[in-house]
Amino acid sequence: MVLVFAESPRGHFKKSAFEAVTYGKKVAELLGTDCVALTLGPVDDASVLGTYGAKRVLNLPDASLTHFDSQLYTQAIADACKQLGAQVVILGHTTTGKSVAGRLAVRLQGGLISGATGLPVLAGKNLLVEKTVFSGKAVAQYELSGAVNVISLMGNAVKPEQTGSAVASETLTLALNSSKIRVKEVKTQEGTVPLPEAEIVVSAGRGMKDPGNWGIVEDLATTLGATTACSRPVADSHWRPHHEHVGQTGIAIRPNLYIAIGISGAIQHLAGVNNSKVIVVINKDPEAPFFKAADYGVVGDLFEIVPRLNEAFKQFKAAN
Amino acid sequence: MKLLVCISQTPDTTAKISFNADNTEFNNAGVQFIMNPYDEWYALVRACELKEALGGTVTVINVGPAANETTIRKALAIGADDAVRIDADPKSAGFVAKQIAEYAKNAQFDLIFFGKETIDYNGSEVGAMVAEYLDLPFVSYASKLDLNGTVATLERDIEGGVEVLEVDLPFVLSAAKGMAEQRIPNMRGIMTARTKPLTEIPAVAFDGFEKVSQFTLPPAKAGVKLIDPNEMVELVRLLHEEAKVI
Ligand SMILES: Cc1cc2nc3c(=O)[nH]c(=O)nc-3n(C[C@H](O)[C@H](O)[C@H](O)COP(=O)(O)OP(=O)(O)OC[C@H]3O[C@@H](n4cnc5c(N)ncnc54)[C@H](O)[C@@H]3O)c2cc1C
Ligand SMILES: Nc1ncnc2c1ncn2[C@@H]1O[C@H](COP(=O)(O)O)[C@@H](O)[C@H]1O
Repeated sequence: MVLVFAESPRGHFKKSAFEAVTYGKKVAELLGTDCVALTLGPVDDASVLGTYGAKRVLNLPDASLTHFDSQLYTQAIADACKQLGAQVVILGHTTTGKSVAGRLAVRLQGGLISGATGLPVLAGKNLLVEKTVFSGKAVAQYELSGAVNVISLMGNAVKPEQTGSAVASETLTLALNSSKIRVKEVKTQEGTVPLPEAEIVVSAGRGMKDPGNWGIVEDLATTLGATTACSRPVADSHWRPHHEHVGQTGIAIRPNLYIAIGISGAIQHLAGVNNSKVIVVINKDPEAPFFKAADYGVVGDLFEIVPRLNEAFKQFKAAN
Repeated sequence: MKLLVCISQTPDTTAKISFNADNTEFNNAGVQFIMNPYDEWYALVRACELKEALGGTVTVINVGPAANETTIRKALAIGADDAVRIDADPKSAGFVAKQIAEYAKNAQFDLIFFGKETIDYNGSEVGAMVAEYLDLPFVSYASKLDLNGTVATLERDIEGGVEVLEVDLPFVLSAAKGMAEQRIPNMRGIMTARTKPLTEIPAVAFDGFEKVSQFTLPPAKAGVKLIDPNEMVELVRLLHEEAKVI
Protein backbone atom coordinates (compact mmCIF):
# COMPACT_ATOMS: atom_id res chain seq x y z
CA MET A 1 0.00 0.00 0.00
CA VAL A 2 1.17 3.52 -0.83
CA LEU A 3 0.30 6.16 1.77
CA VAL A 4 0.19 9.80 0.66
CA PHE A 5 0.14 12.59 3.21
CA ALA A 6 -1.98 15.33 1.58
CA GLU A 7 -1.14 18.61 3.21
CA SER A 8 -4.00 21.00 3.99
CA PRO A 9 -2.71 24.09 5.79
CA ARG A 10 -5.57 26.00 7.43
CA GLY A 11 -8.05 23.51 6.01
CA HIS A 12 -7.22 23.92 2.31
CA PHE A 13 -5.25 21.60 0.09
CA LYS A 14 -2.22 22.95 -1.68
CA LYS A 15 -1.27 22.08 -5.22
CA SER A 16 1.49 19.92 -3.74
CA ALA A 17 -1.19 17.68 -2.17
CA PHE A 18 -2.75 16.99 -5.58
CA GLU A 19 0.69 16.41 -7.08
CA ALA A 20 1.54 13.96 -4.29
CA VAL A 21 -1.69 11.97 -4.72
CA THR A 22 -1.26 11.88 -8.52
CA TYR A 23 2.28 10.60 -7.99
CA GLY A 24 1.17 8.17 -5.28
CA LYS A 25 -1.38 6.63 -7.60
CA LYS A 26 1.34 6.00 -10.19
CA VAL A 27 3.71 4.51 -7.61
CA ALA A 28 0.86 2.25 -6.43
CA GLU A 29 0.30 1.06 -10.02
CA LEU A 30 4.00 0.30 -10.33
CA LEU A 31 3.86 -1.80 -7.15
CA GLY A 32 0.51 -3.41 -8.02
CA THR A 33 -1.22 -1.97 -4.98
CA ASP A 34 -3.54 0.87 -3.88
CA CYS A 35 -2.95 4.49 -3.00
CA VAL A 36 -4.44 5.78 0.26
CA ALA A 37 -4.46 9.48 1.12
CA LEU A 38 -4.21 10.80 4.66
CA THR A 39 -5.15 14.31 5.78
CA LEU A 40 -4.38 15.78 9.20
CA GLY A 41 -6.46 18.32 11.09
CA PRO A 42 -9.81 19.81 10.11
CA VAL A 43 -10.10 19.96 6.31
CA ASP A 44 -12.69 21.41 3.90
CA ASP A 45 -13.38 18.54 1.53
CA ALA A 46 -11.06 15.55 1.66
CA SER A 47 -13.15 13.46 -0.77
CA VAL A 48 -11.68 15.42 -3.72
CA LEU A 49 -8.45 13.44 -3.28
CA GLY A 50 -10.27 10.47 -4.82
CA THR A 51 -10.37 12.31 -8.14
CA TYR A 52 -6.56 12.37 -8.17
CA GLY A 53 -6.39 8.62 -7.71
CA ALA A 54 -6.68 7.87 -3.98
CA LYS A 55 -8.61 4.63 -3.42
CA ARG A 56 -9.35 5.58 0.17
CA VAL A 57 -9.18 8.92 1.93
CA LEU A 58 -8.53 9.02 5.67
CA ASN A 59 -8.81 12.08 7.85
CA LEU A 60 -7.62 12.59 11.40
CA PRO A 61 -9.64 15.68 12.34
CA ASP A 62 -7.90 16.24 15.69
CA ALA A 63 -7.83 20.00 16.38
CA SER A 64 -4.29 19.74 17.77
CA LEU A 65 -3.17 19.14 14.17
CA THR A 66 -4.50 22.50 12.95
CA HIS A 67 -1.02 23.96 13.38
CA PHE A 68 2.04 22.19 12.16
CA ASP A 69 4.19 20.33 14.67
CA SER A 70 6.69 17.89 13.18
CA GLN A 71 6.47 15.60 16.22
CA LEU A 72 2.68 15.19 16.10
CA TYR A 73 2.55 14.93 12.32
CA THR A 74 5.25 12.28 12.37
CA GLN A 75 3.46 10.34 15.05
CA ALA A 76 0.16 10.46 13.15
CA ILE A 77 1.62 9.50 9.77
CA ALA A 78 3.81 6.75 11.23
CA ASP A 79 0.90 5.26 13.18
CA ALA A 80 -1.33 5.30 10.09
CA CYS A 81 1.50 3.77 8.13
CA LYS A 82 1.84 0.89 10.60
CA GLN A 83 -1.92 0.32 10.87
CA LEU A 84 -2.26 0.11 7.12
CA GLY A 85 1.01 -1.64 6.35
CA ALA A 86 2.37 0.97 3.92
CA GLN A 87 5.40 0.15 1.75
CA VAL A 88 5.90 3.69 0.52
CA VAL A 89 5.01 7.03 2.15
CA ILE A 90 4.80 10.13 -0.07
CA LEU A 91 4.80 13.77 1.00
CA GLY A 92 5.21 17.06 -0.84
CA HIS A 93 8.70 18.61 -0.65
CA THR A 94 7.27 21.63 1.17
CA THR A 95 8.37 23.26 4.42
CA THR A 96 5.99 20.86 6.17
CA GLY A 97 6.89 17.78 4.15
CA LYS A 98 10.63 18.36 4.51
CA SER A 99 10.31 18.81 8.27
CA VAL A 100 8.51 15.48 8.62
CA ALA A 101 10.21 13.26 6.02
CA GLY A 102 13.47 12.77 7.95
CA ARG A 103 11.66 12.13 11.23
CA LEU A 104 9.41 9.57 9.55
CA ALA A 105 12.31 7.70 7.99
CA VAL A 106 13.97 7.41 11.41
CA ARG A 107 10.79 6.37 13.17
CA LEU A 108 9.83 3.81 10.51
CA GLN A 109 13.45 2.67 10.08
CA GLY A 110 13.02 3.14 6.36
CA GLY A 111 14.74 4.63 3.33
CA LEU A 112 14.41 8.28 2.33
CA ILE A 113 14.77 10.46 -0.73
CA SER A 114 13.88 14.11 -0.35
CA GLY A 115 13.03 16.18 -3.38
CA ALA A 116 12.33 13.39 -5.87
CA THR A 117 11.88 14.73 -9.40
CA GLY A 118 10.38 11.69 -11.13
CA LEU A 119 8.66 8.35 -10.72
CA PRO A 120 10.58 5.43 -9.24
CA VAL A 121 11.59 2.36 -11.21
CA LEU A 122 11.91 -1.05 -9.63
CA ALA A 123 15.26 -2.77 -9.13
CA GLY A 124 14.23 -6.11 -7.61
CA LYS A 125 12.50 -5.08 -4.40
CA ASN A 126 14.27 -1.73 -4.27
CA LEU A 127 13.19 1.59 -5.73
CA LEU A 128 15.39 3.77 -7.93
CA VAL A 129 14.39 7.43 -7.74
CA GLU A 130 16.08 10.59 -9.04
CA LYS A 131 16.61 14.04 -7.57
CA THR A 132 18.76 17.03 -8.51
CA VAL A 133 21.88 17.74 -6.47
CA PHE A 134 24.69 20.31 -6.41
CA SER A 135 22.22 23.18 -6.84
CA GLY A 136 20.85 21.79 -10.07
CA LYS A 137 24.22 20.98 -11.61
CA ALA A 138 23.75 17.18 -11.45
CA VAL A 139 21.17 14.45 -11.04
CA ALA A 140 21.55 11.66 -8.49
CA GLN A 141 19.71 8.37 -8.68
CA TYR A 142 19.06 6.91 -5.23
CA GLU A 143 18.44 3.29 -4.45
CA LEU A 144 15.98 2.88 -1.57
CA SER A 145 16.08 -0.48 0.18
CA GLY A 146 13.90 -0.05 3.25
CA ALA A 147 10.92 -2.25 4.09
CA VAL A 148 9.22 1.16 4.04
CA ASN A 149 10.55 4.05 1.97
CA VAL A 150 9.73 7.74 2.34
CA ILE A 151 9.67 10.00 -0.74
CA SER A 152 9.19 13.75 -0.67
CA LEU A 153 8.15 15.00 -4.08
CA MET A 154 9.60 18.18 -5.56
CA GLY A 155 7.00 20.82 -6.49
CA ASN A 156 6.01 20.98 -10.18
CA ALA A 157 7.69 17.58 -10.79
CA VAL A 158 4.38 16.00 -11.83
CA LYS A 159 1.19 17.60 -13.08
CA PRO A 160 -1.92 16.92 -10.97
CA GLU A 161 -4.28 14.65 -12.96
CA GLN A 162 -7.93 14.16 -12.13
CA THR A 163 -8.64 10.71 -13.47
CA GLY A 164 -10.90 9.17 -10.81
CA SER A 165 -13.94 10.11 -8.81
CA ALA A 166 -14.43 11.50 -5.31
CA VAL A 167 -14.46 8.99 -2.44
CA ALA A 168 -16.08 9.59 0.93
CA SER A 169 -13.46 10.30 3.55
CA GLU A 170 -13.18 7.99 6.56
CA THR A 171 -12.36 9.30 10.01
CA LEU A 172 -9.28 7.83 11.59
CA THR A 173 -8.81 7.72 15.35
CA LEU A 174 -5.34 7.70 16.84
CA ALA A 175 -4.20 8.75 20.31
CA LEU A 176 -1.80 11.67 19.87
CA ASN A 177 0.67 13.21 22.30
CA SER A 178 0.21 16.86 23.14
CA SER A 179 2.10 19.47 21.14
CA LYS A 180 5.15 21.18 22.60
CA ILE A 181 4.95 23.98 20.04
CA ARG A 182 2.71 26.99 20.59
CA VAL A 183 1.91 28.70 17.29
CA LYS A 184 1.09 32.35 17.99
CA GLU A 185 0.44 33.68 14.53
CA VAL A 186 0.56 32.72 10.87
CA LYS A 187 1.14 35.61 8.47
CA THR A 188 0.60 34.83 4.80
CA GLN A 189 0.08 36.88 1.68
CA GLU A 190 -3.42 35.97 0.62
CA GLY A 191 -4.30 35.98 -3.04
CA THR A 192 -0.84 35.26 -4.44
CA VAL A 193 0.57 31.85 -5.30
CA PRO A 194 3.62 31.17 -3.12
CA LEU A 195 6.84 31.05 -5.15
CA PRO A 196 7.60 27.34 -4.73
CA GLU A 197 4.18 26.51 -6.19
CA ALA A 198 4.09 29.10 -8.96
CA GLU A 199 3.97 27.87 -12.57
CA ILE A 200 5.07 31.22 -13.97
CA VAL A 201 7.55 33.49 -12.19
CA VAL A 202 8.47 37.03 -13.26
CA SER A 203 11.73 38.02 -11.61
CA ALA A 204 13.75 41.21 -11.67
CA GLY A 205 17.19 42.34 -10.57
CA ARG A 206 19.38 45.36 -10.08
CA GLY A 207 18.87 46.37 -13.70
CA MET A 208 15.56 47.88 -12.52
CA LYS A 209 17.61 50.74 -11.01
CA ASP A 210 15.02 51.77 -8.41
CA PRO A 211 12.26 50.10 -6.38
CA GLY A 212 9.84 52.69 -7.76
CA ASN A 213 10.23 51.11 -11.22
CA TRP A 214 8.64 47.77 -10.28
CA GLY A 215 5.23 48.69 -11.72
CA ILE A 216 6.09 47.24 -15.15
CA VAL A 217 7.17 43.95 -13.54
CA GLU A 218 4.01 43.72 -11.48
CA ASP A 219 1.84 44.52 -14.50
CA LEU A 220 3.50 41.73 -16.47
CA ALA A 221 3.02 39.32 -13.56
CA THR A 222 -0.64 40.28 -13.28
CA THR A 223 -1.24 39.65 -16.98
CA LEU A 224 0.34 36.21 -16.69
CA GLY A 225 -1.11 35.28 -13.30
CA ALA A 226 2.53 34.93 -12.27
CA THR A 227 4.30 35.28 -8.93
CA THR A 228 7.07 37.89 -8.63
CA ALA A 229 10.62 37.14 -7.50
CA CYS A 230 13.92 39.02 -7.30
CA SER A 231 17.68 38.64 -7.09
CA ARG A 232 19.50 38.79 -3.79
CA PRO A 233 20.91 42.36 -3.90
CA VAL A 234 17.39 43.59 -4.60
CA ALA A 235 16.08 41.89 -1.45
CA ASP A 236 19.17 42.85 0.57
CA SER A 237 18.66 46.53 -0.20
CA HIS A 238 14.96 46.18 0.72
CA TRP A 239 13.75 47.09 -2.73
CA ARG A 240 11.60 43.96 -2.54
CA PRO A 241 10.48 41.72 0.37
CA HIS A 242 12.84 39.02 1.54
CA HIS A 243 10.44 36.18 0.63
CA GLU A 244 10.86 37.06 -3.08
CA HIS A 245 14.60 36.32 -3.04
CA VAL A 246 15.47 33.31 -5.20
CA GLY A 247 18.81 31.59 -5.58
CA GLN A 248 21.32 29.67 -3.56
CA THR A 249 20.64 31.58 -0.35
CA GLY A 250 16.98 32.24 -1.13
CA ILE A 251 14.27 29.96 -2.42
CA ALA A 252 14.92 27.32 -5.06
CA ILE A 253 12.11 27.13 -7.60
CA ARG A 254 11.25 25.13 -10.71
CA PRO A 255 8.38 26.86 -12.49
CA ASN A 256 7.36 26.11 -16.07
CA LEU A 257 8.33 29.62 -17.13
CA TYR A 258 10.89 31.92 -15.51
CA ILE A 259 11.20 35.44 -16.93
CA ALA A 260 14.39 37.16 -15.73
CA ILE A 261 14.48 40.94 -16.15
CA GLY A 262 17.68 42.92 -15.57
CA ILE A 263 19.37 40.02 -13.74
CA SER A 264 22.95 39.18 -14.71
CA GLY A 265 22.66 35.44 -14.04
CA ALA A 266 25.39 34.91 -11.44
CA ILE A 267 25.96 31.26 -10.57
CA GLN A 268 24.41 31.74 -7.10
CA HIS A 269 21.26 33.10 -8.71
CA LEU A 270 21.14 30.30 -11.29
CA ALA A 271 21.46 27.73 -8.49
CA GLY A 272 17.90 28.53 -7.46
CA VAL A 273 16.26 28.80 -10.87
CA ASN A 274 18.10 26.65 -13.41
CA ASN A 275 15.62 23.81 -13.04
CA SER A 276 12.88 25.99 -14.51
CA LYS A 277 11.42 24.34 -17.60
CA VAL A 278 11.76 27.41 -19.82
CA ILE A 279 13.84 30.52 -19.10
CA VAL A 280 13.39 33.89 -20.83
CA VAL A 281 16.09 36.50 -20.22
CA ILE A 282 15.76 40.24 -20.88
CA ASN A 283 19.06 42.09 -20.49
CA LYS A 284 20.76 44.97 -22.28
CA ASP A 285 24.17 43.30 -22.07
CA PRO A 286 24.54 40.56 -24.71
CA GLU A 287 27.43 39.13 -22.65
CA ALA A 288 25.31 38.66 -19.49
CA PRO A 289 25.95 35.11 -18.23
CA PHE A 290 22.22 34.47 -17.92
CA PHE A 291 21.91 34.09 -21.71
CA LYS A 292 23.93 30.85 -21.46
CA ALA A 293 21.22 29.35 -19.25
CA ALA A 294 18.30 30.81 -21.22
CA ASP A 295 15.97 29.26 -23.77
CA TYR A 296 14.82 32.62 -25.18
CA GLY A 297 16.69 35.89 -24.91
CA VAL A 298 15.94 39.52 -25.69
CA VAL A 299 18.89 41.91 -25.79
CA GLY A 300 17.83 45.47 -25.06
CA ASP A 301 16.49 47.99 -22.60
CA LEU A 302 14.06 46.39 -20.16
CA PHE A 303 12.15 49.65 -19.71
CA GLU A 304 11.09 49.43 -23.37
CA ILE A 305 10.84 45.66 -23.69
CA VAL A 306 8.82 44.72 -20.62
CA PRO A 307 5.80 46.96 -21.41
CA ARG A 308 5.90 45.72 -25.01
CA LEU A 309 5.98 42.11 -23.87
CA ASN A 310 3.10 42.80 -21.51
CA GLU A 311 1.04 44.18 -24.42
CA ALA A 312 1.84 41.10 -26.50
CA PHE A 313 0.72 38.78 -23.67
CA LYS A 314 -2.46 40.81 -23.22
CA GLN A 315 -3.25 40.44 -26.94
CA PHE A 316 -2.57 36.74 -26.68
CA LYS A 317 -4.83 36.36 -23.60
CA ALA A 318 -7.61 38.30 -25.34
CA ALA A 319 -7.41 36.02 -28.37
CA ASN A 320 -7.17 32.70 -26.50
CA MET B 1 23.50 27.43 28.32
CA LYS B 2 24.90 24.64 26.13
CA LEU B 3 24.51 25.13 22.41
CA LEU B 4 25.44 22.67 19.66
CA VAL B 5 25.86 23.74 16.03
CA CYS B 6 26.08 21.09 13.31
CA ILE B 7 28.33 22.22 10.48
CA SER B 8 28.89 20.60 7.13
CA GLN B 9 31.31 21.21 4.34
CA THR B 10 30.18 21.59 0.72
CA PRO B 11 31.78 22.36 -2.61
CA ASP B 12 31.78 26.08 -3.38
CA THR B 13 28.83 26.97 -5.66
CA THR B 14 31.20 27.90 -8.44
CA ALA B 15 32.93 24.48 -8.31
CA LYS B 16 32.88 22.35 -11.42
CA ILE B 17 30.94 19.18 -10.72
CA SER B 18 32.31 15.85 -11.95
CA PHE B 19 32.22 12.20 -10.90
CA ASN B 20 34.46 9.17 -10.80
CA ALA B 21 34.71 6.79 -13.76
CA ASP B 22 31.63 4.73 -12.94
CA ASN B 23 29.60 7.81 -11.91
CA THR B 24 28.93 6.61 -8.37
CA GLU B 25 31.03 9.13 -6.45
CA PHE B 26 31.64 12.86 -6.49
CA ASN B 27 35.12 13.75 -7.70
CA ASN B 28 36.84 15.90 -5.05
CA ALA B 29 39.93 16.63 -7.11
CA GLY B 30 40.63 20.34 -7.40
CA VAL B 31 37.36 21.30 -5.72
CA GLN B 32 37.30 24.23 -3.32
CA PHE B 33 35.27 23.41 -0.18
CA ILE B 34 33.49 25.89 2.06
CA MET B 35 31.44 25.73 5.24
CA ASN B 36 27.79 25.28 4.20
CA PRO B 37 26.51 28.91 4.10
CA TYR B 38 23.34 28.29 6.16
CA ASP B 39 25.38 26.62 8.90
CA GLU B 40 27.98 29.38 8.96
CA TRP B 41 26.09 32.62 8.35
CA TYR B 42 22.91 31.89 10.23
CA ALA B 43 23.10 28.94 12.65
CA LEU B 44 26.62 29.46 13.96
CA VAL B 45 26.50 33.24 14.14
CA ARG B 46 23.16 33.27 16.00
CA ALA B 47 24.42 30.64 18.44
CA CYS B 48 27.52 32.75 19.12
CA GLU B 49 25.43 35.90 19.59
CA LEU B 50 23.19 34.16 22.15
CA LYS B 51 26.19 32.83 24.04
CA GLU B 52 27.83 36.24 24.07
CA ALA B 53 24.62 37.83 25.40
CA LEU B 54 23.50 35.15 27.86
CA GLY B 55 26.59 33.12 28.73
CA GLY B 56 27.26 29.46 28.06
CA THR B 57 29.17 27.53 25.43
CA VAL B 58 28.92 26.84 21.70
CA THR B 59 30.17 23.48 20.50
CA VAL B 60 30.40 22.73 16.78
CA ILE B 61 30.21 19.21 15.42
CA ASN B 62 31.13 17.86 12.01
CA VAL B 63 30.91 14.35 10.65
CA GLY B 64 33.76 14.11 8.19
CA PRO B 65 37.38 13.26 7.45
CA ALA B 66 40.48 14.95 8.94
CA ALA B 67 40.67 17.24 5.89
CA ASN B 68 37.63 19.10 7.27
CA GLU B 69 39.72 20.61 10.05
CA THR B 70 40.11 23.90 8.11
CA THR B 71 36.34 24.36 8.09
CA ILE B 72 36.09 23.42 11.77
CA ARG B 73 38.82 25.91 12.72
CA LYS B 74 36.96 28.60 10.82
CA ALA B 75 33.89 27.92 12.98
CA LEU B 76 36.07 28.27 16.08
CA ALA B 77 37.45 31.53 14.70
CA ILE B 78 33.92 32.86 14.24
CA GLY B 79 33.27 32.24 17.93
CA ALA B 80 32.56 28.61 18.86
CA ASP B 81 34.31 27.42 22.05
CA ASP B 82 35.13 23.86 21.16
CA ALA B 83 34.64 21.34 18.39
CA VAL B 84 33.94 17.68 17.83
CA ARG B 85 34.73 15.79 14.66
CA ILE B 86 33.25 12.37 14.14
CA ASP B 87 35.79 10.66 12.00
CA ALA B 88 33.91 9.18 9.05
CA ASP B 89 32.90 9.72 5.46
CA PRO B 90 29.47 11.46 5.69
CA LYS B 91 28.00 8.99 3.24
CA SER B 92 24.31 9.76 3.70
CA ALA B 93 21.96 12.02 5.68
CA GLY B 94 20.85 8.98 7.68
CA PHE B 95 24.42 8.12 8.59
CA VAL B 96 25.29 11.68 9.62
CA ALA B 97 22.12 12.02 11.71
CA LYS B 98 22.83 8.78 13.57
CA GLN B 99 26.34 9.98 14.47
CA ILE B 100 25.18 13.39 15.71
CA ALA B 101 22.33 11.85 17.71
CA GLU B 102 24.67 9.33 19.38
CA TYR B 103 26.97 12.17 20.41
CA ALA B 104 24.18 14.48 21.60
CA LYS B 105 21.93 12.00 23.38
CA ASN B 106 23.68 12.20 26.75
CA ALA B 107 25.27 15.63 26.41
CA GLN B 108 22.25 17.67 27.47
CA PHE B 109 22.35 20.52 24.98
CA ASP B 110 19.73 23.22 25.45
CA LEU B 111 19.51 23.93 21.76
CA ILE B 112 20.83 22.17 18.65
CA PHE B 113 21.28 24.25 15.49
CA PHE B 114 21.30 23.03 11.89
CA GLY B 115 21.42 24.90 8.60
CA LYS B 116 18.22 24.70 6.59
CA GLU B 117 19.91 22.47 4.01
CA THR B 118 23.29 21.67 2.53
CA ILE B 119 23.88 23.25 -0.87
CA ASP B 120 25.30 20.04 -2.35
CA TYR B 121 22.61 17.43 -1.65
CA ASN B 122 19.91 19.98 -0.79
CA GLY B 123 18.25 17.36 1.36
CA SER B 124 17.03 19.24 4.42
CA GLU B 125 17.00 15.87 6.14
CA VAL B 126 19.58 15.67 8.92
CA GLY B 127 17.99 18.12 11.40
CA ALA B 128 14.60 16.39 11.38
CA MET B 129 16.28 13.01 11.78
CA VAL B 130 18.33 14.08 14.79
CA ALA B 131 15.24 15.65 16.39
CA GLU B 132 13.45 12.31 16.03
CA TYR B 133 16.30 10.30 17.54
CA LEU B 134 16.36 12.67 20.51
CA ASP B 135 12.54 12.92 20.70
CA LEU B 136 12.72 16.73 20.65
CA PRO B 137 10.60 19.40 18.93
CA PHE B 138 12.02 20.58 15.58
CA VAL B 139 11.55 24.13 14.34
CA SER B 140 12.65 24.20 10.69
CA TYR B 141 13.46 27.20 8.44
CA ALA B 142 13.71 29.54 11.40
CA SER B 143 14.49 33.10 10.27
CA LYS B 144 14.37 34.64 13.76
CA LEU B 145 15.21 33.32 17.22
CA ASP B 146 14.99 35.02 20.60
CA LEU B 147 15.37 33.50 24.05
CA ASN B 148 13.70 34.58 27.25
CA GLY B 149 14.81 32.27 30.04
CA THR B 150 13.92 28.78 28.84
CA VAL B 151 11.29 29.96 26.36
CA ALA B 152 12.24 30.56 22.74
CA THR B 153 10.26 32.72 20.31
CA LEU B 154 10.84 31.98 16.65
CA GLU B 155 9.68 32.93 13.22
CA ARG B 156 9.79 30.26 10.58
CA ASP B 157 9.48 30.65 6.83
CA ILE B 158 6.52 28.86 5.32
CA GLU B 159 5.24 28.94 1.74
CA GLY B 160 4.28 32.57 1.10
CA GLY B 161 4.58 33.74 4.70
CA VAL B 162 5.89 33.26 8.21
CA GLU B 163 4.74 31.43 11.31
CA VAL B 164 5.42 32.87 14.76
CA LEU B 165 5.76 30.31 17.53
CA GLU B 166 7.01 29.57 21.03
CA VAL B 167 8.72 26.48 22.32
CA ASP B 168 10.54 25.55 25.53
CA LEU B 169 14.16 24.46 25.63
CA PRO B 170 15.52 21.97 24.73
CA PHE B 171 14.71 21.69 21.02
CA VAL B 172 16.26 21.42 17.56
CA LEU B 173 16.11 24.07 14.85
CA SER B 174 17.23 24.66 11.29
CA ALA B 175 18.32 28.18 10.37
CA ALA B 176 17.37 30.18 7.27
CA LYS B 177 18.32 33.62 5.99
CA GLY B 178 17.36 36.37 8.43
CA MET B 179 18.42 34.67 11.66
CA ALA B 180 21.78 36.48 11.73
CA GLU B 181 24.25 38.37 9.57
CA GLN B 182 27.38 36.79 8.17
CA ARG B 183 30.43 37.36 10.41
CA ILE B 184 33.97 37.58 9.05
CA PRO B 185 36.43 36.07 11.55
CA ASN B 186 38.81 38.69 12.94
CA MET B 187 42.55 38.26 13.59
CA ARG B 188 42.08 37.53 17.27
CA GLY B 189 39.46 34.90 16.49
CA ILE B 190 41.75 33.23 13.99
CA MET B 191 44.64 33.18 16.50
CA THR B 192 42.60 31.75 19.39
CA ALA B 193 40.94 29.18 17.12
CA ARG B 194 44.28 27.42 16.73
CA THR B 195 44.34 26.39 20.37
CA LYS B 196 40.65 25.75 21.05
CA PRO B 197 39.90 22.06 21.77
CA LEU B 198 38.94 19.80 18.85
CA THR B 199 37.95 16.32 19.96
CA GLU B 200 37.95 13.48 17.47
CA ILE B 201 35.64 10.56 18.12
CA PRO B 202 35.06 7.36 16.15
CA ALA B 203 31.81 6.74 14.28
CA VAL B 204 29.18 4.19 15.28
CA ALA B 205 28.21 1.56 12.72
CA PHE B 206 25.13 2.42 10.66
CA ASP B 207 24.05 1.19 7.24
CA GLY B 208 20.80 2.92 6.37
CA PHE B 209 18.40 2.19 3.57
CA GLU B 210 19.46 4.56 0.82
CA LYS B 211 22.49 5.18 -1.31
CA VAL B 212 23.31 7.02 -4.50
CA SER B 213 23.43 4.43 -7.28
CA GLN B 214 24.40 6.84 -10.05
CA PHE B 215 25.16 10.47 -10.81
CA THR B 216 24.50 12.08 -14.18
CA LEU B 217 24.97 15.58 -15.53
CA PRO B 218 21.83 17.22 -16.87
CA PRO B 219 21.61 17.50 -20.67
CA ALA B 220 23.19 20.70 -21.98
CA LYS B 221 20.79 23.47 -22.97
CA ALA B 222 20.18 23.71 -26.72
CA GLY B 223 21.37 27.32 -26.67
CA VAL B 224 19.47 30.54 -26.42
CA LYS B 225 17.14 31.68 -29.18
CA LEU B 226 17.47 35.46 -29.51
CA ILE B 227 14.33 37.45 -30.31
CA ASP B 228 14.34 40.96 -31.77
CA PRO B 229 13.26 43.47 -29.06
CA ASN B 230 10.61 44.77 -31.47
CA GLU B 231 9.09 41.31 -31.99
CA MET B 232 7.51 40.55 -28.61
CA VAL B 233 4.44 39.07 -30.31
CA GLU B 234 6.78 36.51 -31.84
CA LEU B 235 8.21 35.66 -28.40
CA VAL B 236 4.70 35.11 -27.07
CA ARG B 237 3.92 32.87 -30.06
CA LEU B 238 7.04 30.78 -29.40
CA LEU B 239 6.22 30.44 -25.70
CA HIS B 240 2.78 29.22 -26.66
CA GLU B 241 3.43 27.02 -29.70
CA GLU B 242 7.02 25.85 -29.28
CA ALA B 243 7.73 25.88 -25.53
CA LYS B 244 4.06 25.27 -24.63
CA VAL B 245 4.33 27.06 -21.31
CA ILE B 246 1.46 29.52 -21.78
C1 LIG C 1 27.68 32.99 -1.31
C2 LIG C 1 26.81 33.83 -2.18
C3 LIG C 1 25.44 33.52 -2.26
C4 LIG C 1 24.61 34.26 -3.10
N1 LIG C 1 23.29 33.93 -3.19
C5 LIG C 1 22.51 34.57 -4.10
C6 LIG C 1 21.14 34.22 -4.28
O1 LIG C 1 20.60 33.35 -3.59
N2 LIG C 1 20.42 34.86 -5.22
C7 LIG C 1 20.94 35.86 -6.01
O2 LIG C 1 20.22 36.39 -6.86
N3 LIG C 1 22.23 36.22 -5.84
C8 LIG C 1 23.01 35.63 -4.90
N4 LIG C 1 24.31 36.03 -4.75
C9 LIG C 1 24.75 37.25 -5.46
C10 LIG C 1 25.15 36.99 -6.90
O3 LIG C 1 26.49 36.56 -6.95
C11 LIG C 1 24.98 38.26 -7.74
O4 LIG C 1 25.74 39.29 -7.15
C12 LIG C 1 23.54 38.74 -7.86
O5 LIG C 1 22.70 37.67 -8.28
C13 LIG C 1 23.45 39.88 -8.85
O6 LIG C 1 22.15 40.42 -8.85
P1 LIG C 1 21.58 41.14 -10.17
O7 LIG C 1 21.71 40.24 -11.31
O8 LIG C 1 20.22 41.64 -9.82
O9 LIG C 1 22.50 42.43 -10.29
P2 LIG C 1 23.70 42.74 -11.29
O10 LIG C 1 24.72 41.69 -11.27
O11 LIG C 1 24.09 44.13 -10.98
O12 LIG C 1 23.02 42.67 -12.71
C14 LIG C 1 22.13 43.61 -13.23
C15 LIG C 1 21.89 43.25 -14.68
O13 LIG C 1 20.92 44.12 -15.22
C16 LIG C 1 21.27 44.44 -16.52
N5 LIG C 1 20.68 45.76 -16.84
C17 LIG C 1 20.98 46.97 -16.29
N6 LIG C 1 20.18 47.92 -16.81
C18 LIG C 1 19.37 47.31 -17.70
C19 LIG C 1 18.34 47.79 -18.57
N7 LIG C 1 17.97 49.07 -18.61
N8 LIG C 1 17.74 46.87 -19.37
C20 LIG C 1 18.09 45.56 -19.35
N9 LIG C 1 19.06 45.08 -18.54
C21 LIG C 1 19.69 45.95 -17.73
C22 LIG C 1 22.78 44.48 -16.53
O14 LIG C 1 23.30 44.24 -17.84
C23 LIG C 1 23.13 43.35 -15.56
O15 LIG C 1 23.32 42.13 -16.25
C24 LIG C 1 25.14 35.33 -3.88
C25 LIG C 1 26.51 35.62 -3.79
C26 LIG C 1 27.34 34.89 -2.95
C27 LIG C 1 28.80 35.23 -2.89
N1 LIG D 1 28.59 15.94 7.74
C1 LIG D 1 27.90 16.74 8.55
N2 LIG D 1 28.37 17.05 9.79
C2 LIG D 1 27.67 17.86 10.63
N3 LIG D 1 26.50 18.41 10.31
C3 LIG D 1 25.97 18.14 9.11
C4 LIG D 1 26.63 17.29 8.16
N4 LIG D 1 25.86 17.21 7.06
C5 LIG D 1 24.78 17.98 7.29
N5 LIG D 1 24.83 18.55 8.52
C6 LIG D 1 23.85 19.48 9.12
O1 LIG D 1 22.55 19.17 8.63
C7 LIG D 1 21.99 20.28 7.94
C8 LIG D 1 21.06 19.78 6.84
O2 LIG D 1 21.78 18.99 5.93
P1 LIG D 1 21.03 18.20 4.75
O3 LIG D 1 20.02 17.33 5.40
O4 LIG D 1 22.12 17.42 4.08
O5 LIG D 1 20.42 19.24 3.85
C9 LIG D 1 23.19 21.08 7.49
O6 LIG D 1 22.84 22.43 7.22
C10 LIG D 1 24.11 20.93 8.69
O7 LIG D 1 23.71 21.78 9.76
